[in-house]
Parts: sequence; structure tokens; C-alpha cells
Amino acid sequence: MTSKTSSERSPRSADVSRRGFVGGLSAGLVGVAASEVARAETLADVPDRAPGADLSAHSERSRFAKLDRIPEATPGKRNIDPSDAINSKTPHQKLVGNITPTDLHYERSHSGVPDIDPAQHRLLVHGMVQKPLVFSVEDLKRMPSVTRIVFIECTGNGWENWKKADPDLTVQNTHGLVSTNEWTGVPLKFLIDLVAKDKGSTWMLAEGGDGAGVDRSIPLTEEIVNEAFIAYGQNGEPLRPAHGFPMRLVMPGFEGNLNIKWLRRLKFGNAPWMTRWETARYTQLLANGKAMQFQLRMETNSVITQPSGTMQIQPGYNRISGLAWSGHGKIAKVEISTDGARTWKQAQLAQPVLSKAQVRFQMDWDWDGKPTRIVSRSTDEQGNVQPDRQSFIAAMGTNALFHYNAQQTWSIDETGRVRNVLA
Amino acid sequence: MFSHDKMILAGILTFGLLAAPALAFDFGRPATPAEIKLWDIDVGPDGKGLPDGSGTAVQGKQIFADNCAACHGDNGQGGIKDRLAGGQGTLASNMPVKTVGSFWPYATTLFDYIHRAMPYPTPGSLSTDETYAVTAYILSLNGIVPADGKVDKESLPKIRMPNRDGFVPQPEFDPAKLFRRK
Repeated sequence: MTSKTSSERSPRSADVSRRGFVGGLSAGLVGVAASEVARAETLADVPDRAPGADLSAHSERSRFAKLDRIPEATPGKRNIDPSDAINSKTPHQKLVGNITPTDLHYERSHSGVPDIDPAQHRLLVHGMVQKPLVFSVEDLKRMPSVTRIVFIECTGNGWENWKKADPDLTVQNTHGLVSTNEWTGVPLKFLIDLVAKDKGSTWMLAEGGDGAGVDRSIPLTEEIVNEAFIAYGQNGEPLRPAHGFPMRLVMPGFEGNLNIKWLRRLKFGNAPWMTRWETARYTQLLANGKAMQFQLRMETNSVITQPSGTMQIQPGYNRISGLAWSGHGKIAKVEISTDGARTWKQAQLAQPVLSKAQVRFQMDWDWDGKPTRIVSRSTDEQGNVQPDRQSFIAAMGTNALFHYNAQQTWSIDETGRVRNVLA
Repeated sequence: MFSHDKMILAGILTFGLLAAPALAFDFGRPATPAEIKLWDIDVGPDGKGLPDGSGTAVQGKQIFADNCAACHGDNGQGGIKDRLAGGQGTLASNMPVKTVGSFWPYATTLFDYIHRAMPYPTPGSLSTDETYAVTAYILSLNGIVPADGKVDKESLPKIRMPNRDGFVPQPEFDPAKLFRRK
């Protein structure tokens, strides 16, 4: 168990930073921090106070805070033209807390981002129902609503590391396809009651209003009927276009692509439709050549975000921090190893720990300056433990492409350089 | 106050369960059969949803050249986007090649996907017959229908794709078992 809180530790942390600067730092992220320290080495160097900029309709980030997603394509296809991108990844190495800023929530879009006028958007609900209905955005906003903080994760999250580990990847490259936001909308159950769904309907097709018309078959299990909702709000404001404006399906704990964006149709039936997405695309090819289908739930997962790939650390005090999540429910515990998965210590979890939401974990660590490997593993309330890479690959092979949730290891060499490795 | 609000919400939801017809008029409007038909484009593996019409692989060859080859390459290979033909026998190798011929389990899905999502810049721009023709052509590239073959709503669901048995359901959501308890 971790015994010291970060507030108890922070004075020492600052002290170490100062000594680190005096000792002379060179490159990397810490170098940037050190130069900022240098500009205010004594309080006399701190700039005088003065009236600031005019108040504004929107608050923008400080010009000193550089936070960007990065558009990428399939594994290994990075630094590409945005027109060739298929996703855009969250900069977890620069974020704190549990909630992802709205504009930095990861994006996966299959045919660009449609520009939808909500006045012209409609949701058709039909199929095995007694009363097929058409709803406008305003109709949905008048209905009883739910608000819930959940993670959404692309099934491709982690896919850079199936076959090999590029040592120069950041956690944004490896794990930037998961984010956590607060979503507000209408319970699916409420719409099911409005249209009077036939009892015999066990599957639902959800279809988007994008160019690809992305559609997925969703099994109407008790859990899904009780938890799914049609969201029009994201972190207190209307959905951003990249995330489905004016409405999307939210499926807590399930594959990101089931959370159909720009939702325009729900059709009730009694068997899966076998759409392209659930046959040719989001299925996992196993080592024997068979593909696992309808692996809909996102697994127990975690990753250390600080320190992480391409960062530079110093001997002495370091705070290890990261994120854990599970599609099965709440995270019960996160353990961290600083000796290459030989011994483990339990990390602190930031409260509140919510079901099917990311939670921040942290642990104090005194690095002795010797090369080592750091790794986290999460356990959820159902007892699911995030697998080590070796047993994970033994079960899934290296061709699955999706649903990678093996433990993420970062190596640290004698200079303090942090690199992506397989284990 | 908070718990009181929650009780009201719970009450509304419960009331909705018991008396949905009374509430239905308060939200949305009835969908007419004619407008449902406009959007009801999905095709199931049993062929349900396939429209009337037909197309041949010979017709499809030209339509493919005009609308598809720029991204998918001549003969469905070597393009900048997904490869559509070949790859059979590679799925258990270290370099699997997933194409319509090597991987897709249902021919009906091919019609559905072309109809809803392709050509990428102008989805839905092909006519029903053109969509059948391109479907036939892509299947012919994979040796699944003859080079002079024709497909329609009767024949397409009967085609047995080479990888039809290549999928294993994840046990928790196995469609064959999921809703058949007791």
C-alpha cells in the first residue's frame, strides 16, 4: 500500500526538481521545465503583475500549454496527412485527473466528420415494434435524462504493440484511443418503451448518419438495456461534431464503434445483421486463422502515463501516475512494478472510482538510477486481472489487431530515458 | 430534493413501461411506411432487405473501373485502400491478407456495404442493379461466382463464402446461445 499522499511529498518534489536543475539537465521534457525554472530563479525574476487580456466569450488554453491530439492511421502509420487519418489520439502524457478535456477526447471516424444541422436531423426507431416513431433532437431533450461519466475506447487502442514495440512511441501513440467524458442523454429503455418493442426482439441495429452509415448489431441484454443511452450532451455542452453531434449512442463498457455517432436509426430485430463492421472489420483474427466475433466488451486495462515513452526522468523521487479502466465495472486495484514485473505494490486510486470510467492511479517511487522497467496491472471488481503480455499473446496470437489489453511496460535506461518495450 | 427528483424520474420511467402508448404521442411522431422504406436499407445474412433487381460480373467490371478501382486497384488489388481479392489461405500466417474472398463470411454483407458506404466520395450513388453488378464482379475476382455470373436477391444469400466457418463467437455474446436460456 502507498503510505504517503502527493501533498505530503510535494515539497520534496520541488526540492528535487531544483537540485536536478542545478545539477544540470539536458534534453527532453524536463529540459523545458528547467528553463522555466531558470526564468524565475529568484522571486525578483517573476514578472510584475499587470492588467490582463479582456474577458472573452470562450476561455482558451494558455499559450504556454501545448495540448494536441495526433491524427494517425493503422499501426506504424504515424505523422500522416490528416486526410489519411482514421483516428486522432488523446495526449495522455500531458493530462491529469480522470476526465478527458472535450476537445482532446479521442476520435475514430469512418467517413470524416459530417456537418449536421440539428434542425434537420431525425432518429428513426422501427422494426419489431408496435409504434415506429421519428424523433427530433428537441424531442430527445424533452425526455427524462441520465448523466454518466464513462470511458469510450476504440478497439484498436494498444494496436501498435501487437507484433513489436517501436521504442520511440509515446503513451499517446500506444494508448491514445481511450478517453473519459461525462455524457447526458435519454435512456435506451425509455425509447424502447415509447415504441413498444416486441418482446421477441433481442437484437438492435444502430446506424449512423455519416457517409459510411456505420451500423452495428447490439444484443439487448439486461445490462445493455439498462445502461445504454442516446447522448446529446458531452461534458455539459452539446456533443462536439467529431463525437456524434447532434446525438450518439453511448454503450458503457463496450467497443467504441458500438457507440454509434450521428445516430439516425435504431431497428429492432431478433438476430445480428452481420454488418461489414461486425464481420470483416471489428473481429479478432486468432493464431489458428479463425476470427473471434462479437467480442463486444472492453477488457480490464491500465497504462502508466507519467513517466511514459520518450520522457526523461532523474534519479530520486518520481511520482508514477496513470489510468485504469474496465468494461466489466469498477477498478478494484492497480498494482505497479518498478522492477520489470518481479514485485508489485498497490497504487492509490483517485476518488471517486466509477463503474466503466477511467480512474487515475499514482504511486511514489525512489529511482536508484539503474536501468529498469516499470509496468502497471489493473484488477476490476469482477476479479478480472489485466494479463501480462506473454499469456495474452499466447491466448490471442499477434494478428488480432483489436482488443489489445496486455500490460504496458516502459523501460528506463541509465540516462533516465523512457522507452516503449513489449515486456 | 435530489432524491425527490430521482423518484420523479423513476416514476416516469416506470409509467413509461406500463403505459407507453399514452406517452408516445408526447414524444416524436409516428413514422410512415413510405419514409421508413427510404431509410430501411439494411440487409441480413438471410437476404432479408435485398431489393429487386440484378447485375452481372461483366457489367460490374466496367462499373468497378469507373467507381472503385481508383482506391481499390484494378482487379481489387494494389490500391491505396482495402484489398478486395485474393489472400485465401493466409489467415493463419504471420501476414494475413483479409479480403472479401479470404475473410468475409456473407455475400449479403458485400451488397449492404457497397450500397450504404461506397463509393467513398458519393455513397448511395450506384443504382440497385449497379450495386448487384459490382457485388458480382468482386465475387468473381475471388472465384466465388463465374466471370459471367449474375446475382440477385434470390442467389446472393445462397452463396457460401469461403470463410463462412471462419468465425467463432466470443462466448458472452454468442448469438446462438445468448437469448436461449432455460
